[in-house]
Amino acid sequence: MATWTYLGFQDSASPLMEQLIFFHDHIMVVLIMIITFVGYMMASILTNSFINRYMLEHQTIELIWTALPAVILVFIALPSLRLLYLLDEVNNPSVTLKTVGHQWYWSYEYSDFLDAEFDSYMTPTNELESSGFRLLDVDNRTVLPMNTQIRVVITAADVIHSWTVPALGVKADAIPGRLNQSSFMMSRPGLFYGQCSEICGANHSFMPIVVESVNTNSFLNWISSYSD
Amino acid sequence: MNAESGGTQLLLLLLLARKGEVPTMSEAIMSSQMETAPFDPRFPNQNQTKYCYQSYVDFHRCQKLKGEEYEPCQYFKKVFRSVCPNAWVEKWDEQLENGSFPSKI
Repeated sequence: MATWTYLGFQDSASPLMEQLIFFHDHIMVVLIMIITFVGYMMASILTNSFINRYMLEHQTIELIWTALPAVILVFIALPSLRLLYLLDEVNNPSVTLKTVGHQWYWSYEYSDFLDAEFDSYMTPTNELESSGFRLLDVDNRTVLPMNTQIRVVITAADVIHSWTVPALGVKADAIPGRLNQSSFMMSRPGLFYGQCSEICGANHSFMPIVVESVNTNSFLNWISSYSD
Repeated sequence: MNAESGGTQLLLLLLLARKGEVPTMSEAIMSSQMETAPFDPRFPNQNQTKYCYQSYVDFHRCQKLKGEEYEPCQYFKKVFRSVCPNAWVEKWDEQLENGSFPSKI
């Protein structure tokens, strides 16, 4: 999870988030090279006194500074498109999690095998244990198996919400009357935190998401105890 | 192992078996349990609303056509139970009872 003054990405917990971080780093390299080059050119032009009274046009340099940005854009666009389509892919999911946004809590439904349905409210600060995370911990965590393809079907019951878990690279709007699908595979056990990402009313800031990644066996035990 | 349950799951079981963490629940239960509505090429987009609705309609059409005992209809039920929010199913069941469901069953 993100902590105080943490400005970068959170550590990835899914292969797709890893790819997103690589893509970000790739773009940053291109960006910094361009900024450095342009900055150097501006500084050098402003600080020298060379003039060329007879220059009206220069075809060669025009050609270079038209073609080069186009080539650079291709090197950004192709990996971007690759990622876009990878994120859209649903690879044979083993579990479907339904998540419904409400004002102002999330409710979850698992109905593939055993029925489990519960609401997930934020733990208020005065009830928080000293080890808890203020404004992030919830009473009922969303338990899911790791190393398993998971499909999330996201919708809302009242206004638009957005279900987001940055460590998993998942963000999709929850829209009333529409089912949005997203999928991920968690590569390690842990707790992954997220928050509603679409302004949904007064308590928008107080409907966090906690995904608990466990092994398959623990997940099956949890869900069988839940559906009793 | 069910053939439909996918390579990921097989891999997972193999990994677990190698680590000596073979699930206490039998493999048979697990493979039948860890199964959900498969990818449907009719609905390849992020928007899965129609997948849910169509499966619900198909289930009831199937039952009307083949009778309630006809086992293959249960496939549609499995799909819409996995994909549709429970509130939607309840609402549609009510509409079916009242005869106000918008689709022809």
